[in-house]
Amino acid sequence: MIEVQHLTKRYGPFTAVDDVSFRVERGEILGFLGPNGAGKTTTMRVLTGYMPPSEGRAVVAGFDVLEQPIEAKRRTGYLPETPPLYPDMTVRDYLDFVAKIKGVPRADRRKRVTEAMERTRVADMSNRHCAKLSKGYRQRVGLAQALLHNPDVLILDEPTAGLDPKQIIETRQLIRQLAGDHTIILSTHILPEVSQTCQRVVIINKGRVVAVDTPDNLTARLRGSESMYVQVDAMGADVKTALETIPGVRRVAVADGRGAAEGFEVESEAGRDVRRELARAVVSNGWGLLELRPVRMSLEEVFLSLTTDEARPNLEPGTPNVEPGTRNVEPAEPVAEVEHE
Amino acid sequence: MSNILAIAQKELKNYFATPIGYVLVGFFILLFGWFFYTMLWYFERQSMQMASMGMMGEAPTMNINEQLIRPAFMNVSVILLLTMPLITMRLYSEEKRSGTIELLLTSPLTDFQIVMGKFLGSMALYTIMLAVTLIHVALLYAFGNPEWRPIATGYLGLLLMGGCFVAVGLFISSLTRNQIVAAMATFGVFLLLWIVNWIAPSITNPNAQAVVNYLSFTEHLNDFVSGVVDTAHLCYYVSFIAFGLFLTARSVDTERWRG
Repeated sequence: MIEVQHLTKRYGPFTAVDDVSFRVERGEILGFLGPNGAGKTTTMRVLTGYMPPSEGRAVVAGFDVLEQPIEAKRRTGYLPETPPLYPDMTVRDYLDFVAKIKGVPRADRRKRVTEAMERTRVADMSNRHCAKLSKGYRQRVGLAQALLHNPDVLILDEPTAGLDPKQIIETRQLIRQLAGDHTIILSTHILPEVSQTCQRVVIINKGRVVAVDTPDNLTARLRGSESMYVQVDAMGADVKTALETIPGVRRVAVADGRGAAEGFEVESEAGRDVRRELARAVVSNGWGLLELRPVRMSLEEVFLSLTTDEARPNLEPGTPNVEPGTRNVEPAEPVAEVEHE
Repeated sequence: MSNILAIAQKELKNYFATPIGYVLVGFFILLFGWFFYTMLWYFERQSMQMASMGMMGEAPTMNINEQLIRPAFMNVSVILLLTMPLITMRLYSEEKRSGTIELLLTSPLTDFQIVMGKFLGSMALYTIMLAVTLIHVALLYAFGNPEWRPIATGYLGLLLMGGCFVAVGLFISSLTRNQIVAAMATFGVFLLLWIVNWIAPSITNPNAQAVVNYLSFTEHLNDFVSGVVDTAHLCYYVSFIAFGLFLTARSVDTERWRG
């Protein structure tokens, strides 16, 4: 549905997007993840035909955005970073105007406008001037505007920016409902959004694609090795030694101690499941196994290690590039940092 | 075509959704009325003098078209010089500043449709302004007997000259995000095109002199308000408008490539 090949966009000497390629299949939701200034908006602007690429090409719904822009635009709905509202128009007038210029047939116009307002829950504000809307309503009217002509492709630049938590959840639900009929690209620098709404993620940093995968695979790929968290109701170095001697285990680190129990992080070779051996070793030594679970790296950490650490920019499977032990401990802080960026 | 009309309608509505339209039309009426009244007063006084002279012998004829309507129309162009920049300054600048230009440029519209829509929207407001002056002309018909042909050609001339103003203003507005910059630059260009022929007497080269004279807005308006539709002047206005719209379309496109 969307195909981007070797897309490059330069502003004078500055390269905003550098040789980006990816595909989006019909009905898929693709997340575009990257810090501010990574080139997300620029890529989207090229896809919507707002600006031409310096090099490479983009095909949307079967039409090259440079060669057949009108056809491509007819099939694209776009919500820019700031919703493009006319402050002196009422919501209904505004949507009616957008329906006209998007080529919605006169007979359907009223129906489509009403539908779009209901879907995005702005119907109660239909006679309010756009200038007087709250940020959340503005964003939703912007979304209504993108949906109006029932496009094949929806391109949403930070659709949940500026919304309150309840609205964020509603908007994400709406986006998930829209997938299937529509192919969606959404950009964000908020990580939970990607894992909650997207089937695939393109991580972009400094204009380059760093990784393309499903949120699950990305997590696994980055780690390159498997980790388990084991909690045992015993203390001391002998537990650690016992776990270390299990074949396939690479290293064992003490994660936490809670009273009489101690938690360990056990790292094993990639693709090797050592859970049975771990359980057997604990039980045969007469200790109680309190907890055993795989440690998953949260996307937050994937993101942070991908985009904030200069030293390990590439994702080579098999190279563990995060210090074990520091990995899954207290992810709360980095999350907060990213969310409020 | 429906796209052009949709944009034209949006522009026209916007003038009246804000106070802009009312203020512009209102002050235009006030100023035109003032000019008209003072000229009418002079005309009346002169007629009286002529009449009293007529009693003594040969009376020179007074022509209401030549001595009242013509100068009144020429005065409209002075008001336009000042008000047109305010009509056109926001056309593109505002869209750029508020980001709505992204909506227009990502909709299935050609640059030509956008430019044409905006042009027609402003022209519609200008036509409304001119339409108000019909009241004054109607008054002259109620109490006198002016010739209608020079009035019709006069309106044609004013419409065409207004079209040039809008075309220039639209182009300048497409160059900047700042409305005040757009307004001032537009006013500057209008005034220059207005007085460009003042330099003519000092130019010795007759060709250069002809060019300078040809460029001036007012030179071309004169014939129209005297009732003459000269194809040379018609060509000047129409090609001026076309060139302005062409430049605007290019400017919008260039902006895209520059990013």
